[in-house]
Amino acid sequence: MGMTMIPRLFLILGLLLTPLVSHAAVFNPQSFTLANGLQVVVIENHRSPIVSHMVWYKVGDADAPWGLSGMPHLLEHLMFKGTNSVGPGLFSKIVARNGGRDNAFTGSDFTAYYQNIAASRLELVMKMEADRMANLVLDPKLIETERKVVLEERRSRTDNDPAARLREKMGAAQYERHPYRNPVIGWEADIRAIKPADLQAFYRTWYAPNNAILIVAGDVTLAEVRRLSETYYGPLPARDVRDRKRPDEPPLKGPKRVELRDMAVRQPLFLKEYRAPSRRLDALKQSHALEVLEMILSGGATSRLYESLVVKSKLAASAGASYNAESFDWSEFGFYASPNPGVSMDRLEAALEAQIAHLLAEGVSEQEVARAKTRLIDGAVYARDSLSTGSYALGRALGTGQSIDDIESWPERIGAVTADEVNAAIKSVLVEKNAVLGLLLSETKP
Amino acid sequence: MKRLICLALLLFAASFRPALAVTPERVITPGGFEAWLIQDHANPIMSLEVAWRDSGSAHDPAAKLGLGRLMAGLLDEGAGPYDSQAFQRRLEDLSIKLSFSSGADMVQGHLTTLSRNREQAFEMLRLALSQPHFEPEAVLRVKGQIEAGLAQSSEEPASIASKALFAASLPDHAYGRENEGTPETVRAITESDLRAALGRLGRDNLIIGVVGDITPQELSRLLDSTFAPLPARSNTKPLPQADVGTPQPGIKPLVIKRPIPQSVVQFAFQGIKRDDPDWFAAYVMNYILGGGGFSSRLTVEVREKRGLAYSVYSYFYPFDHGGLWLGGVATENAKVAQSLSLIRRELARMQGKGVSAKELADAKTFLTGSFPLRFDSSPNIAGLLVAVQSDRLGLDYLEKRNALVEQVTLGDVRRVAKRLMAPEKLIVIVVGQPKGL
Repeated sequence: MGMTMIPRLFLILGLLLTPLVSHAAVFNPQSFTLANGLQVVVIENHRSPIVSHMVWYKVGDADAPWGLSGMPHLLEHLMFKGTNSVGPGLFSKIVARNGGRDNAFTGSDFTAYYQNIAASRLELVMKMEADRMANLVLDPKLIETERKVVLEERRSRTDNDPAARLREKMGAAQYERHPYRNPVIGWEADIRAIKPADLQAFYRTWYAPNNAILIVAGDVTLAEVRRLSETYYGPLPARDVRDRKRPDEPPLKGPKRVELRDMAVRQPLFLKEYRAPSRRLDALKQSHALEVLEMILSGGATSRLYESLVVKSKLAASAGASYNAESFDWSEFGFYASPNPGVSMDRLEAALEAQIAHLLAEGVSEQEVARAKTRLIDGAVYARDSLSTGSYALGRALGTGQSIDDIESWPERIGAVTADEVNAAIKSVLVEKNAVLGLLLSETKP
Repeated sequence: MKRLICLALLLFAASFRPALAVTPERVITPGGFEAWLIQDHANPIMSLEVAWRDSGSAHDPAAKLGLGRLMAGLLDEGAGPYDSQAFQRRLEDLSIKLSFSSGADMVQGHLTTLSRNREQAFEMLRLALSQPHFEPEAVLRVKGQIEAGLAQSSEEPASIASKALFAASLPDHAYGRENEGTPETVRAITESDLRAALGRLGRDNLIIGVVGDITPQELSRLLDSTFAPLPARSNTKPLPQADVGTPQPGIKPLVIKRPIPQSVVQFAFQGIKRDDPDWFAAYVMNYILGGGGFSSRLTVEVREKRGLAYSVYSYFYPFDHGGLWLGGVATENAKVAQSLSLIRRELARMQGKGVSAKELADAKTFLTGSFPLRFDSSPNIAGLLVAVQSDRLGLDYLEKRNALVEQVTLGDVRRVAKRLMAPEKLIVIVVGQPKGL
């Protein structure tokens, strides 16, 4: 669930970079921890005189009090509304005036803020970011305006989009008690119910140096980041931050089936999501095997699902699988397919189910596993090409309870996955009662 | 806080000096090809971006819209000794990223490879361009995918609005058509259409940008072997100039009814081309108006002060043979009228008064200071090298670009605002159920 990232500002050109690979790779990060508990990570990259300065808080929508979903995201918006030293709205203006771009995003498990800016401006943004870690001013009038902005954001993202509404319903079907059932943007009634005092309490509870990770990537040195972070983040007092303990979730008693019909649907969609372990809660050590499985099923034109459903049987226009290990509690292993013109959803669903049944019966071969592993590990080289990829990968991993070693040893661990392990993971995760099925259908004709 | 900020601004005079060379090398091969190259040997990868002038979807015959897109989408679906799946399998096994796309003006190719597979990567590019199969199986499959994509976007509010806006703004020009295709026009495309469209990719209209772990000598040899098989002359010619018609004064917004809670509004008037002498003045003006994230006038008025929208924006959209100025806002149905009137008011204010000295100074520090941020990944930088060549901005453009921004004066912005801002000519499309329009 940590996957859903809701950025604060809609970016026309897609400037919020989606990570090239969802996995961490070898970024050679250096790390230290300040006396107040702030974890600092530095990824040196001297290609251009720029830096990416990011702060990740280990708190997300799944940490919102019951009935106040969307509050962590609203608070993220309000983090730009000023402190005693930087007036409302000035944070972004000052960054822009200094040639930088800034934004923020919220997920189920983390909230992150970043500025990409000339390396010579690192001190400026660090000073301002440290300031709003401790000194945010929550003005009730500004909260009301921003609540309206967020309601418009919800309309854009979800209410106007049938596929997003289906995913929202599937999340609520997957989790009965755990707050992963809530959309990161929040239910409309919850967004309306958030009070200024709730926001203040939430900020005080979770925004603290010992609950944050600072990641600086780019044209900097460890010594420089150490000096600056000690100066600006160092004086902030640690707070008593409680453990992230979310309500227990009973096993899914599925399969559950969720349908959404809408006049605006012209291209139907079939989804099936099995509850799966995250990297952090991976008692059976399956998360790397599931990543290899995802690549076998969904890694491009010769992957199993594309080859069988799109190329050979020609039932689907698109088909694939998804898995994201970077989640604090559970994750899901998902399948998707969308039909070719003229193909009924029943036929498509049956064909995808047959693929899953085949996978369960026959497993995957050593050869498929070897090929997938090479491709995953090569992906790590590409991941180093962009400044932001390392920061995102490290932030998401550290924000969901992993260590730097987990990230740096990722290629090694992928390299060690065997076909037997993948096949064991298939049998343990792709269990029918662990699944939620979702169908996006046209209103007129099913 | 204040003190630090002032200090920072003073120091900002230092210019952009990356470790990476900013002026590309011009590589001219024995075979007569030209490529712009920025070497970077820090990581064992290389990206090549290639484009062909006047080859894009705006060159599709009216009855075959979607042809450019389909042709581009089929180049990596079987070529030379490899059928479609064998071609893809080879790319995947070698971790080579190769794909093609078609914009309105240009077909483009994108290649990224690890150094160890460089020879094979160029060989795959050569095969894709010189010996594509256009196998009936692949043609049918990719047509189905395009049709599925068209079906999906056919009811997306932003896509409905955008199609209607281009049609209303450029009714008599190829840029105003549905260049992604329609189900009917895509179905009508034949193999000979595809072969004819492939003829748009010649040696004479080729543009190449390369970034990464390769020397000029190696590149030169690979370019000759890769692109030599292309036809000497492309079979296309430049499009006529696209001009936005002048609608009647007081033109009413065109409302496309959809039962959704939020209206999606898009608007346009005549823009300018990238080679217009006023380009930078216009670019700076629009940054202040609606291009600059949280700092823009539109965002401040519509979002920050009143909470009417999550996104409100504007930008210049230059084609090779014309240009539009575009903008948009998405707001609750009941707030469309208010949002639009605020936007019109801002356009009129810009037209009448231009910008303040402070706004201009802030815009310049952002636009010059953020320029290095574009030098992030290898494919991005290679794409920039292609764009600079396509717009004929010169080998030293990347170095002098910030000076061009700095040269813009208050008078330039006022002049260009008077010339371009035209609230009375605004073409407006609303998708939703707006109230009070």
